[in-house]
Amino acid sequence: MLLGIPRRGATLAARLAEAIAEVEGVHVPTGSLDVTMYRDDLRLQPIRAAAPTQIPPAGIDDAVVVLVDDVLFHGRTVRAALDAIGDLGRPRAVRLAVLIDRGHRELPIRADHVGKNLPTALSERVQVSLVEDDGVDEVRIADAADASEVTP
Amino acid sequence: MRHLLSAADLDRDQALTILETAAQMHEVQHREVKKLPALRGRTVVNLFFEDSTRTRSSFEIAGKWLSADVINISAKGSSVSKGESLRDTVTTVAAMGIDGMVIRHHASGAPAQVADWIDAVVVNAGDGTHEHPTQALLDAYSISRRIGDLAGKHVVIAGDLTHSRVVRSNLLLLKTLGAQVTLVAPPTLMPSGVAAWSEAAGFATTYDFDAVLPDADAVMMLRVQKERMSGGYFPTPREYTVGYGLTRQRLKLLSPNAVIAHPGPMNRGLEITADAADEARSLILDQVSAGVAVRMSVLYHLLGGAQ
Repeated sequence: MLLGIPRRGATLAARLAEAIAEVEGVHVPTGSLDVTMYRDDLRLQPIRAAAPTQIPPAGIDDAVVVLVDDVLFHGRTVRAALDAIGDLGRPRAVRLAVLIDRGHRELPIRADHVGKNLPTALSERVQVSLVEDDGVDEVRIADAADASEVTP
Repeated sequence: MRHLLSAADLDRDQALTILETAAQMHEVQHREVKKLPALRGRTVVNLFFEDSTRTRSSFEIAGKWLSADVINISAKGSSVSKGESLRDTVTTVAAMGIDGMVIRHHASGAPAQVADWIDAVVVNAGDGTHEHPTQALLDAYSISRRIGDLAGKHVVIAGDLTHSRVVRSNLLLLKTLGAQVTLVAPPTLMPSGVAAWSEAAGFATTYDFDAVLPDADAVMMLRVQKERMSGGYFPTPREYTVGYGLTRQRLKLLSPNAVIAHPGPMNRGLEITADAADEARSLILDQVSAGVAVRMSVLYHLLGGAQ
Protein backbone atom coordinates (compact mmCIF):
# COMPACT_ATOMS: atom_id res chain seq x y z
CA MET A 1 0.00 0.00 0.00
CA LEU A 2 1.27 3.46 -0.89
CA LEU A 3 0.46 6.35 1.45
CA GLY A 4 1.50 9.80 0.29
CA ILE A 5 1.95 12.74 2.63
CA PRO A 6 0.00 15.70 1.17
CA ARG A 7 0.34 17.54 -0.98
CA ARG A 8 3.24 16.47 -3.14
CA GLY A 9 3.83 13.13 -1.45
CA ALA A 10 0.25 12.17 -2.25
CA THR A 11 0.77 13.16 -5.88
CA LEU A 12 3.98 11.13 -6.04
CA ALA A 13 2.23 8.11 -4.49
CA ALA A 14 -0.43 8.27 -7.20
CA ARG A 15 2.29 8.44 -9.87
CA LEU A 16 4.18 5.51 -8.36
CA ALA A 17 1.01 3.43 -8.30
CA GLU A 18 0.47 4.23 -11.96
CA ALA A 19 4.04 3.27 -12.85
CA ILE A 20 3.78 0.01 -10.90
CA ALA A 21 0.53 -0.83 -12.68
CA GLU A 22 2.20 -0.19 -16.02
CA VAL A 23 5.36 -2.18 -15.36
CA GLU A 24 4.15 -4.96 -13.11
CA GLY A 25 0.46 -5.03 -13.98
CA VAL A 26 -0.34 -4.95 -10.28
CA HIS A 27 -2.78 -2.51 -8.77
CA VAL A 28 -1.43 -1.14 -5.49
CA PRO A 29 -3.95 0.46 -3.11
CA THR A 30 -3.01 4.12 -2.72
CA GLY A 31 -4.05 6.78 -0.26
CA SER A 32 -2.97 9.94 1.47
CA LEU A 33 -2.04 10.56 5.07
CA ASP A 34 -2.20 14.04 6.55
CA VAL A 35 0.22 14.50 9.43
CA THR A 36 -0.54 18.12 10.35
CA MET A 37 -2.13 17.20 13.68
CA TYR A 38 0.85 15.05 14.62
CA ARG A 39 3.62 17.58 13.95
CA ASP A 40 5.91 18.43 16.85
CA ASP A 41 6.26 22.04 15.65
CA LEU A 42 2.50 22.65 15.57
CA ARG A 43 2.52 25.23 18.30
CA LEU A 44 5.67 26.96 17.10
CA GLN A 45 4.11 27.96 13.80
CA PRO A 46 1.05 29.79 12.60
CA ILE A 47 -1.93 27.50 12.18
CA ARG A 48 -2.13 25.42 9.03
CA ALA A 49 -5.21 23.84 7.54
CA ALA A 50 -5.46 20.07 7.55
CA ALA A 51 -5.15 18.19 4.27
CA PRO A 52 -7.22 15.15 3.39
CA THR A 53 -6.43 11.70 4.76
CA GLN A 54 -7.74 8.93 2.53
CA ILE A 55 -6.99 5.42 3.62
CA PRO A 56 -7.87 2.62 1.16
CA PRO A 57 -11.06 0.88 2.35
CA ALA A 58 -9.24 -2.33 3.31
CA GLY A 59 -7.41 -0.45 6.08
CA ILE A 60 -3.73 -0.65 6.92
CA ASP A 61 -3.79 -3.61 9.32
CA ASP A 62 -1.24 -6.24 8.24
CA ALA A 63 -0.37 -4.32 5.07
CA VAL A 64 3.11 -3.29 4.02
CA VAL A 65 2.77 0.47 3.98
CA VAL A 66 5.16 2.54 1.91
CA LEU A 67 5.13 6.17 2.99
CA VAL A 68 5.82 8.55 0.13
CA ASP A 69 7.06 12.12 0.47
CA ASP A 70 8.82 14.61 -1.75
CA VAL A 71 11.78 15.70 0.38
CA LEU A 72 13.36 13.95 3.37
CA PHE A 73 15.06 16.54 5.56
CA HIS A 74 14.99 16.50 9.38
CA GLY A 75 12.83 13.39 9.46
CA ARG A 76 10.24 15.08 11.65
CA THR A 77 7.43 14.77 9.12
CA VAL A 78 8.14 11.05 8.88
CA ARG A 79 8.06 10.73 12.66
CA ALA A 80 4.66 12.45 12.65
CA ALA A 81 3.51 10.08 9.91
CA LEU A 82 4.61 7.06 11.96
CA ASP A 83 2.53 8.34 14.88
CA ALA A 84 -0.45 8.90 12.58
CA ILE A 85 -0.12 5.35 11.24
CA GLY A 86 -0.08 4.04 14.80
CA ASP A 87 -3.52 5.56 15.35
CA LEU A 88 -4.90 4.04 12.16
CA GLY A 89 -3.92 0.45 12.68
CA ARG A 90 -1.00 -1.96 12.82
CA PRO A 91 0.72 -2.50 9.48
CA ARG A 92 3.01 -5.50 8.98
CA ALA A 93 5.84 -3.15 7.99
CA VAL A 94 6.32 0.53 7.18
CA ARG A 95 8.81 1.64 4.54
CA LEU A 96 9.74 5.08 3.32
CA ALA A 97 10.13 6.28 -0.27
CA VAL A 98 11.25 9.84 -1.01
CA LEU A 99 12.05 11.70 -4.20
CA ILE A 100 14.86 13.74 -2.66
CA ASP A 101 17.00 12.96 0.38
CA ARG A 102 18.74 16.19 1.30
CA GLY A 103 20.38 15.01 4.53
CA HIS A 104 20.51 16.86 7.89
CA ARG A 105 18.49 14.28 9.81
CA GLU A 106 17.53 15.20 13.38
CA LEU A 107 15.96 11.85 14.18
CA PRO A 108 17.08 8.23 13.64
CA ILE A 109 15.09 7.86 10.41
CA ARG A 110 16.23 6.71 6.97
CA ALA A 111 14.56 6.14 3.64
CA ASP A 112 14.24 2.69 2.03
CA HIS A 113 13.83 4.06 -1.48
CA VAL A 114 15.42 7.32 -2.59
CA GLY A 115 14.97 9.01 -5.96
CA LYS A 116 18.06 11.18 -5.59
CA ASN A 117 20.48 12.01 -2.82
CA LEU A 118 21.00 15.73 -2.89
CA PRO A 119 23.74 17.11 -0.63
CA THR A 120 22.63 20.53 0.56
CA ALA A 121 23.61 23.21 3.01
CA LEU A 122 21.25 23.84 5.91
CA SER A 123 20.61 27.36 4.70
CA GLU A 124 19.37 26.18 1.30
CA ARG A 125 15.78 25.32 0.47
CA VAL A 126 14.74 22.38 -1.68
CA GLN A 127 11.51 22.98 -3.56
CA VAL A 128 9.88 20.14 -5.47
CA SER A 129 7.30 21.12 -8.06
CA LEU A 130 5.02 18.62 -9.78
CA VAL A 131 2.85 19.08 -12.84
CA GLU A 132 -0.34 18.13 -10.95
CA ASP A 133 0.22 20.63 -8.13
CA ASP A 134 2.42 23.33 -9.63
CA GLY A 135 2.15 22.95 -13.41
CA VAL A 136 5.78 21.90 -13.91
CA ASP A 137 8.08 19.02 -12.91
CA GLU A 138 11.25 20.35 -11.32
CA VAL A 139 13.40 20.37 -8.22
CA ARG A 140 14.97 23.63 -7.19
CA ILE A 141 17.65 24.36 -4.66
CA ALA A 142 17.20 27.91 -3.57
CA ASP A 143 19.38 30.19 -1.47
CA ALA A 144 17.82 33.18 0.15
CA ALA A 145 18.58 35.10 -3.07
CA ASP A 146 19.30 32.97 -6.16
CA ALA A 147 17.67 29.75 -7.34
CA SER A 148 19.28 27.07 -9.46
CA GLU A 149 17.59 24.22 -11.23
CA VAL A 150 18.91 20.69 -10.65
CA THR A 151 16.80 18.07 -12.35
CA PRO A 152 14.23 19.04 -14.90
CA MET B 1 -8.48 35.57 14.92
CA ARG B 2 -7.80 35.14 18.62
CA HIS B 3 -11.30 34.42 19.92
CA LEU B 4 -14.50 33.27 18.26
CA LEU B 5 -17.13 35.58 19.69
CA SER B 6 -19.20 36.33 16.62
CA ALA B 7 -19.64 34.84 13.17
CA ALA B 8 -18.54 38.29 11.97
CA ASP B 9 -15.04 37.56 13.32
CA LEU B 10 -14.49 35.31 10.31
CA ASP B 11 -13.70 36.54 6.83
CA ARG B 12 -14.50 34.33 3.86
CA ASP B 13 -11.07 32.66 3.75
CA GLN B 14 -11.02 31.90 7.45
CA ALA B 15 -14.54 30.49 7.34
CA LEU B 16 -13.71 28.28 4.37
CA THR B 17 -10.49 27.09 6.05
CA ILE B 18 -12.41 26.11 9.18
CA LEU B 19 -15.02 24.27 7.12
CA GLU B 20 -12.30 22.50 5.12
CA THR B 21 -10.47 21.41 8.25
CA ALA B 22 -13.81 20.27 9.68
CA ALA B 23 -14.17 17.90 6.74
CA GLN B 24 -10.81 16.32 7.67
CA MET B 25 -11.85 16.16 11.32
CA HIS B 26 -15.10 14.49 10.30
CA GLU B 27 -13.13 11.61 8.91
CA VAL B 28 -11.57 10.97 12.35
CA GLN B 29 -15.07 10.22 13.65
CA HIS B 30 -15.11 7.00 11.64
CA ARG B 31 -11.77 5.75 12.87
CA GLU B 32 -11.22 3.14 15.50
CA VAL B 33 -8.84 5.41 17.42
CA LYS B 34 -10.64 8.75 17.53
CA LYS B 35 -7.77 10.81 18.75
CA LEU B 36 -5.46 13.44 17.30
CA PRO B 37 -2.57 14.80 19.35
CA ALA B 38 -2.93 18.41 18.13
CA LEU B 39 -3.99 19.97 21.47
CA ARG B 40 -2.01 17.72 23.81
CA GLY B 41 -1.23 19.58 27.02
CA ARG B 42 -3.85 22.27 26.45
CA THR B 43 -6.72 22.72 28.87
CA VAL B 44 -10.17 23.82 27.77
CA VAL B 45 -12.94 24.71 30.20
CA ASN B 46 -16.57 24.49 29.14
CA LEU B 47 -18.38 27.05 31.26
CA PHE B 48 -22.13 26.70 30.78
CA PHE B 49 -24.54 29.05 32.49
CA GLU B 50 -27.46 27.68 30.47
CA ASP B 51 -28.72 24.18 29.82
CA SER B 52 -27.32 22.43 26.79
CA THR B 53 -26.93 18.86 25.61
CA ARG B 54 -25.52 18.89 22.13
CA THR B 55 -23.36 21.99 22.25
CA ARG B 56 -21.68 21.13 25.53
CA SER B 57 -21.18 17.46 24.80
CA SER B 58 -19.89 18.14 21.29
CA PHE B 59 -17.41 20.72 22.59
CA GLU B 60 -16.33 18.20 25.20
CA ILE B 61 -15.88 15.40 22.68
CA ALA B 62 -14.16 17.78 20.24
CA GLY B 63 -11.63 18.82 22.87
CA LYS B 64 -11.01 15.25 23.98
CA TRP B 65 -10.52 13.92 20.48
CA LEU B 66 -7.89 16.59 19.97
CA SER B 67 -6.20 15.37 23.18
CA ALA B 68 -6.91 18.54 25.17
CA ASP B 69 -7.89 18.22 28.82
CA VAL B 70 -11.52 19.27 29.07
CA ILE B 71 -13.31 20.36 32.20
CA ASN B 72 -17.04 21.08 32.36
CA ILE B 73 -18.43 23.62 34.75
CA SER B 74 -22.13 24.35 34.82
CA ALA B 75 -23.78 27.10 36.79
CA LYS B 76 -25.78 24.60 38.79
CA GLY B 77 -23.49 23.01 41.34
CA SER B 78 -20.77 25.65 41.05
CA SER B 79 -20.03 28.76 43.10
CA VAL B 80 -22.34 30.65 40.75
CA SER B 81 -25.25 29.27 42.74
CA LYS B 82 -23.63 30.77 45.85
CA GLY B 83 -23.87 34.19 44.24
CA GLU B 84 -20.40 34.59 42.75
CA SER B 85 -20.26 37.16 39.94
CA LEU B 86 -19.45 36.23 36.36
CA ARG B 87 -16.18 38.12 36.55
CA ASP B 88 -15.05 36.37 39.72
CA THR B 89 -16.03 32.98 38.35
CA VAL B 90 -14.15 33.31 35.07
CA THR B 91 -11.06 34.94 36.53
CA THR B 92 -10.91 32.21 39.19
CA VAL B 93 -11.12 29.48 36.58
CA ALA B 94 -8.66 31.30 34.33
CA ALA B 95 -6.19 31.65 37.21
CA MET B 96 -5.83 27.86 37.22
CA GLY B 97 -3.89 28.22 33.97
CA ILE B 98 -6.34 27.24 31.27
CA ASP B 99 -5.76 27.82 27.56
CA GLY B 100 -9.30 28.05 26.28
CA MET B 101 -12.76 28.81 27.64
CA VAL B 102 -15.95 27.83 25.89
CA ILE B 103 -18.75 29.88 27.36
CA ARG B 104 -22.52 29.87 27.14
CA HIS B 105 -24.36 32.57 29.03
CA HIS B 106 -27.90 33.91 29.14
CA ALA B 107 -26.69 37.50 28.79
CA SER B 108 -25.94 38.74 25.28
CA GLY B 109 -22.35 39.90 25.05
CA ALA B 110 -21.08 37.93 28.06
CA PRO B 111 -18.36 36.07 26.11
CA ALA B 112 -17.03 39.32 24.65
CA GLN B 113 -16.85 40.74 28.14
CA VAL B 114 -15.08 37.62 29.41
CA ALA B 115 -12.54 37.87 26.60
CA ASP B 116 -11.51 41.24 28.03
CA TRP B 117 -11.05 39.83 31.50
CA ILE B 118 -8.94 36.73 30.87
CA ASP B 119 -5.93 35.76 28.78
CA ALA B 120 -7.30 32.46 27.51
CA VAL B 121 -8.93 31.99 24.12
CA VAL B 122 -12.69 32.48 24.39
CA VAL B 123 -15.26 30.68 22.25
CA ASN B 124 -18.86 31.85 22.29
CA ALA B 125 -21.13 28.82 22.63
CA GLY B 126 -24.28 30.92 22.68
CA ASP B 127 -24.95 34.21 24.45
CA GLY B 128 -28.50 35.29 25.18
CA THR B 129 -30.33 36.22 22.00
CA HIS B 130 -27.12 37.44 20.39
CA GLU B 131 -24.96 34.83 18.65
CA HIS B 132 -23.98 31.19 18.40
CA PRO B 133 -21.16 31.13 15.85
CA THR B 134 -20.21 27.44 16.00
CA GLN B 135 -23.82 26.51 15.27
CA ALA B 136 -23.71 28.71 12.18
CA LEU B 137 -20.47 27.04 11.10
CA LEU B 138 -21.90 23.56 11.48
CA ASP B 139 -25.09 24.56 9.65
CA ALA B 140 -23.04 25.94 6.79
CA TYR B 141 -20.88 22.82 6.86
CA SER B 142 -23.83 20.39 6.75
CA ILE B 143 -25.65 22.33 4.05
CA SER B 144 -22.62 22.78 1.81
CA ARG B 145 -21.69 19.11 2.14
CA ARG B 146 -25.05 18.30 0.59
CA ILE B 147 -25.59 21.09 -1.95
CA GLY B 148 -22.05 22.35 -2.61
CA ASP B 149 -20.56 25.84 -2.39
CA LEU B 150 -23.00 28.23 -0.75
CA ALA B 151 -22.14 31.21 -2.95
CA GLY B 152 -25.30 32.25 -4.80
CA LYS B 153 -27.47 29.65 -3.03
CA HIS B 154 -30.80 30.71 -1.55
CA VAL B 155 -31.21 29.88 2.14
CA VAL B 156 -34.57 30.45 3.84
CA ILE B 157 -34.53 30.74 7.62
CA ALA B 158 -37.95 30.46 9.26
CA GLY B 159 -39.17 30.66 12.82
CA ASP B 160 -38.65 32.65 15.98
CA LEU B 161 -36.26 35.31 14.73
CA THR B 162 -36.67 37.56 17.75
CA HIS B 163 -35.22 35.16 20.30
CA SER B 164 -32.87 33.19 18.08
CA ARG B 165 -29.12 33.63 18.46
CA VAL B 166 -28.65 31.00 15.78
CA VAL B 167 -30.23 33.22 13.14
CA ARG B 168 -27.91 36.14 13.82
CA SER B 169 -24.78 34.06 13.47
CA ASN B 170 -26.17 32.24 10.47
CA LEU B 171 -27.06 35.45 8.72
CA LEU B 172 -23.57 36.87 9.21
CA LEU B 173 -21.81 33.69 8.12
CA LEU B 174 -24.08 32.98 5.15
CA LYS B 175 -23.51 36.51 3.87
CA THR B 176 -19.75 36.03 4.29
CA LEU B 177 -20.01 32.84 2.26
CA GLY B 178 -21.99 34.61 -0.45
CA ALA B 179 -25.42 33.02 0.04
CA GLN B 180 -28.69 34.82 -0.51
CA VAL B 181 -30.81 34.77 2.66
CA THR B 182 -34.53 35.23 3.26
CA LEU B 183 -35.91 35.40 6.79
CA VAL B 184 -39.47 34.25 7.47
CA ALA B 185 -41.42 34.81 10.66
CA PRO B 186 -44.87 35.81 11.86
CA PRO B 187 -45.05 39.60 12.43
CA THR B 188 -44.91 39.13 16.20
CA LEU B 189 -41.63 37.21 16.02
CA MET B 190 -39.96 39.46 13.45
CA PRO B 191 -37.38 41.56 15.35
CA SER B 192 -38.30 45.22 15.55
CA GLY B 193 -36.22 47.39 13.24
CA VAL B 194 -35.52 44.45 10.94
CA ALA B 195 -36.20 46.61 7.88
CA ALA B 196 -33.22 48.87 8.51
CA TRP B 197 -31.10 45.88 9.43
CA SER B 198 -32.02 43.91 6.32
CA GLU B 199 -31.22 46.84 4.08
CA ALA B 200 -27.77 47.28 5.63
CA ALA B 201 -26.96 43.57 5.69
CA GLY B 202 -28.53 42.70 2.35
CA PHE B 203 -31.13 40.04 3.08
CA ALA B 204 -34.88 39.79 2.50
CA THR B 205 -37.70 39.31 4.99
CA THR B 206 -41.24 38.09 4.47
CA TYR B 207 -44.28 36.87 6.39
CA ASP B 208 -45.27 34.52 3.58
CA PHE B 209 -43.49 31.18 4.01
CA ASP B 210 -45.22 29.44 1.06
CA ALA B 211 -44.09 32.09 -1.41
CA VAL B 212 -40.36 31.60 -0.82
CA LEU B 213 -40.24 27.80 -0.52
CA PRO B 214 -40.19 26.84 -4.23
CA ASP B 215 -37.05 28.92 -4.81
CA ALA B 216 -35.12 27.71 -1.76
CA ASP B 217 -31.94 25.60 -1.92
CA ALA B 218 -32.01 25.10 1.85
CA VAL B 219 -34.63 25.70 4.53
CA MET B 220 -33.49 26.19 8.07
CA MET B 221 -36.22 25.85 10.68
CA LEU B 222 -35.66 27.55 14.02
CA ARG B 223 -36.99 26.19 17.26
CA VAL B 224 -39.97 27.88 18.85
CA GLN B 225 -38.42 28.67 22.20
CA LYS B 226 -41.25 27.76 24.54
CA GLU B 227 -39.24 28.99 27.51
CA ARG B 228 -39.28 32.50 26.03
CA MET B 229 -42.89 32.38 24.76
CA SER B 230 -44.56 34.13 27.66
CA GLY B 231 -45.35 37.24 25.62
CA GLY B 232 -48.35 35.93 23.66
CA TYR B 233 -46.54 35.87 20.32
CA PHE B 234 -49.13 33.64 18.69
CA PRO B 235 -52.62 32.55 19.78
CA THR B 236 -52.14 28.79 19.76
CA PRO B 237 -49.36 26.38 18.75
CA ARG B 238 -51.70 25.00 16.09
CA GLU B 239 -51.98 28.41 14.49
CA TYR B 240 -48.20 28.73 14.38
CA THR B 241 -47.89 25.36 12.67
CA VAL B 242 -50.45 26.29 10.03
CA GLY B 243 -48.70 29.54 9.18
CA TYR B 244 -45.02 28.78 9.76
CA GLY B 245 -44.49 25.09 10.44
CA LEU B 246 -42.74 22.87 7.89
CA THR B 247 -45.77 20.70 7.25
CA ARG B 248 -46.40 17.90 4.77
CA GLN B 249 -48.13 20.37 2.41
CA ARG B 250 -45.14 22.72 2.49
CA LEU B 251 -42.74 19.86 1.79
CA LYS B 252 -44.41 19.51 -1.59
CA LEU B 253 -43.56 23.13 -2.43
CA LEU B 254 -39.90 22.49 -1.77
CA SER B 255 -37.57 21.55 -4.63
CA PRO B 256 -36.53 17.88 -4.57
CA ASN B 257 -32.88 18.96 -4.28
CA ALA B 258 -33.41 21.38 -1.41
CA VAL B 259 -32.29 20.40 2.07
CA ILE B 260 -33.90 20.89 5.48
CA ALA B 261 -31.93 21.94 8.54
CA HIS B 262 -32.88 22.44 12.17
CA PRO B 263 -30.41 23.35 14.92
CA GLY B 264 -32.32 21.25 17.47
CA PRO B 265 -33.80 20.46 19.85
CA MET B 266 -36.91 20.04 17.70
CA ASN B 267 -40.51 20.57 18.73
CA ARG B 268 -41.94 17.88 16.50
CA GLY B 269 -45.43 18.81 15.38
CA LEU B 270 -44.88 22.51 16.13
CA GLU B 271 -42.31 24.09 13.83
CA ILE B 272 -41.46 20.89 11.99
CA THR B 273 -43.52 17.76 11.34
CA ALA B 274 -42.10 14.27 11.64
CA ASP B 275 -42.44 13.88 7.86
CA ALA B 276 -40.05 16.76 7.28
CA ALA B 277 -37.64 15.91 10.10
CA ASP B 278 -37.16 12.30 9.06
CA GLU B 279 -37.07 12.52 5.30
CA ALA B 280 -34.05 12.09 3.07
CA ARG B 281 -33.64 15.82 2.46
CA SER B 282 -33.33 16.43 6.19
CA LEU B 283 -29.85 17.24 7.50
CA ILE B 284 -30.78 17.13 11.15
CA LEU B 285 -28.69 14.11 12.13
CA ASP B 286 -25.87 15.25 9.85
CA GLN B 287 -25.85 18.49 11.79
CA VAL B 288 -25.32 16.69 15.08
CA SER B 289 -22.43 14.63 13.76
CA ALA B 290 -20.98 17.70 12.03
CA GLY B 291 -21.11 19.52 15.38
CA VAL B 292 -18.15 17.61 16.75
CA ALA B 293 -16.08 17.97 13.57
CA VAL B 294 -16.72 21.70 13.27
CA ARG B 295 -15.92 22.32 16.93
CA MET B 296 -12.72 20.29 16.61
CA SER B 297 -11.78 22.50 13.71
CA VAL B 298 -12.57 25.68 15.67
CA LEU B 299 -10.59 24.56 18.73
CA TYR B 300 -7.70 23.50 16.53
CA HIS B 301 -7.60 26.84 14.70
CA LEU B 302 -7.79 28.85 17.91
CA LEU B 303 -5.51 26.75 20.12
CA GLY B 304 -3.39 24.58 17.84
CA GLY B 305 -0.81 27.05 16.54
CA ALA B 306 1.60 29.58 17.96
CA GLN B 307 -0.24 31.95 20.26
